Amino acid sequence: MKIALCFLFAVLPSLAQAQSMAPDVLVRTITDEVTAALKKDKDIQAGDAKKAADLIETKIVPHFDFTRMARIAVARNWRSATPEQQKELASEFKTLLVRTYSSALVNYKEHQIDYKPLRAKPEDSEVTVKSDVKPSGSTQPVTIDYELEKTDNGWKIYDVKVDGVSLVTTYRDTFATEVREHGIDGLIKSLAAKNREPLGSRAGKS
Amino acid sequence: MVEVKRLCAALLLAGSLGGCATSGGNPADPLERVNRAVYAFNDVADKAVMTPVAKGYRAVLPGFVRTGISNFFSNLEDVWISVNDVLQGKFQQASEDATRVIFNSTFGIAGLFDFASDAGLPKHNEDFGQTLGRWGIESGPYVVVPFIGPSTFRDGFGLLFDYKADLVYWATESVPVRNSLYATRATSNRAKLLDATSLIEQAALDKYAFTRDAWLQRRRNLVYDGNPPRERDESDDEPTK
Repeated sequence: MKIALCFLFAVLPSLAQAQSMAPDVLVRTITDEVTAALKKDKDIQAGDAKKAADLIETKIVPHFDFTRMARIAVARNWRSATPEQQKELASEFKTLLVRTYSSALVNYKEHQIDYKPLRAKPEDSEVTVKSDVKPSGSTQPVTIDYELEKTDNGWKIYDVKVDGVSLVTTYRDTFATEVREHGIDGLIKSLAAKNREPLGSRAGKS
Repeated sequence: MVEVKRLCAALLLAGSLGGCATSGGNPADPLERVNRAVYAFNDVADKAVMTPVAKGYRAVLPGFVRTGISNFFSNLEDVWISVNDVLQGKFQQASEDATRVIFNSTFGIAGLFDFASDAGLPKHNEDFGQTLGRWGIESGPYVVVPFIGPSTFRDGFGLLFDYKADLVYWATESVPVRNSLYATRATSNRAKLLDATSLIEQAALDKYAFTRDAWLQRRRNLVYDGNPPRERDESDDEPTK
């Protein structure tokens, strides 16, 4: 019975179950699920970025805190944004990230992932889950670190660092410049414009 | 040698023009105006020459051959990496990296196979710029070096040493052979980054700033070997709504 249950949990970790998962287990579960889905999906392998976006939307997005991500990326200007603007910023930033990584998923190849032991105290409300990813055919592993925070709805990821490069703070200067020159609405507008570009249109270029 | 001169000239040029260049706001990038121009130039050169060549290379050669070529250069690089390990006082890592060279040069047939990685001796990333960083030298202003790309004053200075310590530089007296080795290595490295380039195209509102900020974060991470001290989160003192 216990084994059967474990199996069920491993195969179908719903959001409700995700709420009680330890942060490192959560990250591993999401990664395993997504890689399993990618391996099965011939459309994504063939370059269907729309389908990749759907996969991200259902399997990954629920575990991220996009409001906090937008807040970190927009930094000190966040305070001067109205609640509506903050909402729009979070939603446009989310769309930008989902679109970016759905075009990246299309290029997915077999990876070997090693998770490092979690160094955290039980009472910690912020933890980093570290992993080494080795793409096949490459010798140098890439480190991927996930920053998570404890919320009422379980652990949520608010930053991912690839070889120390944060996919959130890398936007800081661009966003700050945009706000300085065109205001918060200007930033929202340019994010929206970027998000309207057809998916994968750049990939075929040059 | 030409490359070194070019690099020096570029650094000097960037330095002297810096006096009159206005800053775009990032304190790490006081030479932004010049850097943007060089970046634009590099981008054109990359799109016109390196990208097509790298794409052709990837299309023509099967994966295992490309991996072999990449491993070959990576093995040569490991020698200088071991030296930098020592300079940074990482003796354990130095002996590991030296073992990598011995292992891969022999069993790995002149470095074509990277058996050491499979045997639990992972590849490390070190260069003289990182060594200088480890010694406490600040990175200084960001510079985009013509044909080479993102760097800083410190790392650009480090590149001069990396260039001189490069085994390809010493491998042969014959300039044409050496240049073809350089070209092969550059192509091999560029081919590995083809997917990353399309990611940046998709991700960035401003490719220049995105590349700069990602590069600076990565260098910082490398100097601290993956554990940089946490930077204060400007917005995080604000309570979540």
